[in-house]
This record gives sequence, C-alpha cells and structure tokens, in this order.
Amino acid sequence: MLNNFLFVGFPYVALALAIVVSILRFTWRPFSYSSLSSQFLETEALFWGSSLWHWGILWVLSGHLFAFFLPEAILAWNARPLRLYLLEITGLSMALLALVGVVALIIRRFTDKRVKVVTSPLDLVLLTVLLYQVSSGIDVAIRYRWGSSWFSTNAAPYLWSLVKCSPRPEFITPLPWMVKTHFLSGFLVILLIPFTRLVHFLVVPIHYFWRRPQVVIWNRRGRR
Amino acid sequence: MDIRSQVAMVFHLDKCIGCHTCSVACKNVWTDRKGADYMWWNNVETKPGTGYPTQWENQQEYKGGWVVKDGKLQLRLTSKGKFLQKIFHQPSMPTMDEYYEPWTYRYEDLFTGPEQDDQPTAIPISKVTGEYIDIESGPNWDDDLGGSTLYARNDVNLEALTEEQRLQLLSIETLVMFYLPRICNHCANPACVAACPSGAIYKRGEDGIVLVNQNVCKGWRYCVSACPYKKVFYNWSTGKSEKCLLCYPRVETGQAPACFHSCVGRIRYMGVLLYDADKIEAAGLKSDAELVTAHRDLLADPNNPTVVASAIKNGISDQVLKAARNSPVYQFVKEWGLALAPHPEYRTFPSLFYVPALGPVTYSVEDGVALNPTSVDEIFAPLDQARLPMAYLANLFGAGQEAPVRYAMKKMMAIRTWKRAQTVGDVDMTLALAGLRAADCTPEQAEAIYRLTSLCTFEQRFVIPPSHREQAVEVLTNPLERKGAAGFGFREEPQRGF
Repeated sequence: MLNNFLFVGFPYVALALAIVVSILRFTWRPFSYSSLSSQFLETEALFWGSSLWHWGILWVLSGHLFAFFLPEAILAWNARPLRLYLLEITGLSMALLALVGVVALIIRRFTDKRVKVVTSPLDLVLLTVLLYQVSSGIDVAIRYRWGSSWFSTNAAPYLWSLVKCSPRPEFITPLPWMVKTHFLSGFLVILLIPFTRLVHFLVVPIHYFWRRPQVVIWNRRGRR
Repeated sequence: MDIRSQVAMVFHLDKCIGCHTCSVACKNVWTDRKGADYMWWNNVETKPGTGYPTQWENQQEYKGGWVVKDGKLQLRLTSKGKFLQKIFHQPSMPTMDEYYEPWTYRYEDLFTGPEQDDQPTAIPISKVTGEYIDIESGPNWDDDLGGSTLYARNDVNLEALTEEQRLQLLSIETLVMFYLPRICNHCANPACVAACPSGAIYKRGEDGIVLVNQNVCKGWRYCVSACPYKKVFYNWSTGKSEKCLLCYPRVETGQAPACFHSCVGRIRYMGVLLYDADKIEAAGLKSDAELVTAHRDLLADPNNPTVVASAIKNGISDQVLKAARNSPVYQFVKEWGLALAPHPEYRTFPSLFYVPALGPVTYSVEDGVALNPTSVDEIFAPLDQARLPMAYLANLFGAGQEAPVRYAMKKMMAIRTWKRAQTVGDVDMTLALAGLRAADCTPEQAEAIYRLTSLCTFEQRFVIPPSHREQAVEVLTNPLERKGAAGFGFREEPQRGF
C-alpha cells in the first residue's frame, strides 16, 4: 500500500502537477518566469557555487537520462571492469562537484546580507531537497555498487513502466531505503519545478542559436 | 534601401548646467520602486570622471558593444557558439557595488526618538537590507569633481593623453570639467537586443524605441553586459531587466519625455531621423577612422525622392516625413555636423548625439582690456589652448579621431566670434566672416544654428512625430477584448517569482 502510494501515486501526481502548473504559469503568469538571478547582489561566491553546481548536475542528469533511454548500452559498456570504473568515477566526481556547488550556494544564501533579502522560503526548501538529492545519490554510489548497472536493470524498467502507464514498483521496492529516498526526493524535485525558480530550466534559451540578431516589432500590421 | 524612422535626440552640452533635474524627473516617474531604486535611466556625469556605473566605458572589463572579428560584426561579450558557457555566471556583469547601494533615511526616528540630551538624527539605511549603511558611493558621486585623483584620474577616455596633459587636468589651476547627461541611446544596431537569449528586447519598427518585454525576459542578464553604455539595468527584486523607454506613453501622445520636458537648460532636442537599415552592417564594419562618416551616411535625407519612396513603402506616413524634414536632430547631426554620437567605436550607432561643450569664452587680457582676435588663426587658437585636450573629446565622441570634433568646435567658435562682431561690434566683421568660411559655415547657417541653439522654442526643440495609434494593431483586434479590464496591456504586481 505504502509502496503503491510512494512509487506509483506520488510520481504521477508530481509529474502531472509539474506539467499542468508549468504550462498554466507560463500562460497566465509569464512575468513570474525568471532565473531570479542574484548575481547582481553578490557575484564571487555565486561564481563557484553556480558554476560547480550547474556543470556537475548537468553531467549527472545527462548520465541518468542516458541510462534511462539506453539501459542496454550502459550494461554493454559496463561489461569490462575498466570501463565500469571509468563511468562510475566520472559520475561520482561530477556529483561531488554538484555537491560542493550546492553547499556553496546554501552557505551564500545564509551569509550574504543582500542575498538573504531575496531568499524566499521556497528557495530554502528547494536547496534542501537538492542537497538531499545529491548527497543521497553520492551515498548510494559509494555504498551500493555499481549504481550504473543496477540503474539499467531496476530503475530504468521501473521508470519505463511509469511512462507506459503499467506501473511496476516491485522493480525498486526491494532496494535499500537510501536508494528509495533518492527516488522520492527526485520526484519531489519534479513536483517543485513549477512552484519555484526551477522553471528557468524549462525556458533555456536555445532558440538564441537560430534567431536573427536584431528584433524589430511593428505595431502596425503586426509585422516583424 | 530599407528606410526606417527613428525618434532621435541631441543634447547640447554647452547649455548643460548639471542640475540633475532630468534625472529626478525620470526617477519620480519610472524607477522609484523596489529593485529599481538603484537605477538611473537618466543620469548626469561629470567629465572627466568615472561615471555610473563606475568606469562604464572600460570595455576590457565590461565587454560591451560590437567588435569586428574575422570580417564580421560580433558582440564583444560572446559569440553565438559560446554564449551558453556564460549562462550560469556572467563574468563581465557589473554588480550593485559598481553602481551603488541605494539608501534612504529613517525619518520616523526624528519623531519617535526618546527624550535625550542630543537631537535625534535620521540614520541612513540600505534600501536593500533595511539595515544601517555607511554610505560610500552614489549615482553621481563624482559630481563636480573634475581634477579628482579618484574620479577624473580614472576616466577611461584619458588613455590617449600624454602624462603631462593628464597632470594638467588634475592640477587645481588648470582643471576642467563638463557635464554629460546620459539616457539609453536607442541605438540603430543595439547590442542589448542582439545579446538577449530570450529575444525579449526589441526595437519598435515605427519609432525605433528599444524596449524590454517584461513577460518574455527571463533574467539571463546578457543585455546588462552587452550594452556598452550600461543603460540596461537588472531589477534585483523582480529578476527582470529594465531600461529607459523614452517615455513612450508621452511620445505617443505628442509630449516630450519627462527628462526632455523638465530640462531647465533646454539642452535637449528631439526629432525624427530616417536611416537606411540595409546599410547598418556595412557601416559597422568600417574602421574607427571612418565610423563617424559611416554613421552620418546611414542617415537619409528626408527631401530625397528615393528615400521618401522607400519610406512610404515601409509605411512611414506623410506626417512623420514632415516631422523628419523639420527635425532639429537632422540639422544638428547631418546638415551642420555639430552633433556627435558618444563612443561610435562601440558600433551600436546611437540615436543620441551630443554637441560638445565649447567651454567658457577665452580672452587674452592686457592691462585689463580683453584682446579680441585679429586673425583667423587667433579665432581658433583657443581650441588648442583649451584646458580640455582635443584628444580627450576625440576619445569620447570621435572614436579617437579629432577631425569631426574639431570641425564642430571650430564652427561653434566661428559663430561665436561672428555673433560678437554683430552684437558687440568689437571684432572686425570681415575677419568674422573669414572665420565662418574657414569653419565651413555660411552666415545663413550660422544664424540658423544661433537661433536653434539660443532662441529655440518648445516646438522647435521637440518635433515629435505622430504615432498613428489609429493604425496600430490593436484596432484590428476586438475592441471589446479589454472592456471592463483594469487597463491596457497587463497589470500585475511586480512581485518576485511565483
């Protein structure tokens, strides 16, 4: 029952809210979509915190996505121990970068007077969840090896079963509780997307690459 | 040929008394809000000085404007391929410390302070943190501090000067200063627009005003770095960028912007410039030496039939063309060659031009009697004897080239002498006329310049084109769409985040 609630109900609720609220917010409150950068108020600590966090988490996240889409490829890669070690070490070091980054960001939030002014309660909730997400991931990577392999055999099928609307939580219910909380806080992050500044990653400006440098808007005729 | 209409400006620095009325008018209308309290869309700087934000002209640090790279015009900040690298941290963006931390005073202490031996004081508190603040800088902290070793000494434009010239500027007997009021230049080739990752900044086709769409802006802050004039500001509370909007609600209803209207020295002129948008890129690729000419070549003659035909094709109305023919800006910039854009080497092609300050009349005095010029050379001699070296003005207004600045200054000097011959009569008229000829000016032109400079009326200074709101896209939409709503556009508390 509890497993059904946590690993079937909760992920669907989180995902549904994330999609619906993000779209509603984008349509009705577009002004609230912003990275809410505080670099203007404090730049040096942000350089370390933000750079380490973002680059680290980008690689870690891409790893998760890769293993989600191509679990067999990961298993095939991990067939040779050397390649397995290489993958695990890379993943772990990127996660450590992200951890240092998020810790630096949290310290900055609490120590800089100006940054404190623009810190909302939800910012703190988000940072706490992210800190837990990264630390639990690191803990799992160190204690229950090899994560990349069992992600492909257990996590990927479980996540795919959610996608296919025939949820099979039994893939992950036997796993240690630390791993399970890593899933839960992951879903919590998804849930938090539309309600916090996390929306900024939904609007990453990739269209900059193909747009013309100058934007001219004509009020008459609606011409561009 | 792609003729566009631009609401353009001239600031006549000879008339600026540095009173900051423009800044205060703007502040009261637009930026007296949380998060915008540090912004001065209009500010007045003392030159030589470091300005606001401090040393904004130092593009080695701030990476503003355009550069020619591999034969192409490219943002100095970043290339298209590399721009995502800076999205997590913008290395060349100024922080609040480069502007100043806004503050107010705790006035209520004056009323609520306990009874004591000393008078209660209103202590300064930060408008960011609300805590006591030891004020260390402000938006015009270099005000009137020409000669200061802290401000004048660190002016970026002093680069081309010799050490001797620099020391002269700092010495109490020879120091000099003038004022430089600055607003957004509403450039023809704006770097802020080109740098915006979200495409939130745009130039209005009808009048060329550059605006930030607050709903589209995501606070990536590239515009702040990319604008070489540092006239796009980051609102630290809402997480959106904001900038001078040239009081477009006023301009659309035929009124001059607040800073223009309130100017007590009447230094500001506003009028239409027609320019050829097809020529912008080629003009931007010109060398520093050719930039002033290239910029003037962009501007099209509103009396030329080909230009008029292209303008009409682009939907520019007869009324706007009429305003363009009466434009004081066109006269100052193109016909007379008196007004110059600030830092043309940034290659954004500003729509704001400055008539450089001539400074006080210089006399040679002998036995208490002022000696007037007796030869053409003597008329122009003060230009080279001036305390402010021509090289300094050339860095500010000529991309390092003295010729365009000298041309403008010479003309003004010649007109001044000619006017003195006319009204005081102690200068030989033939000499004064020879002076005008040497400065490439006819008596008719001199009279016109004199009139538009000194005797101009409100209507002559501000020739604001009609906005033709009756043709705006709104009239094609359902007119009842906003019936019963709070107003036009969107109304929302400028709240941070969700």
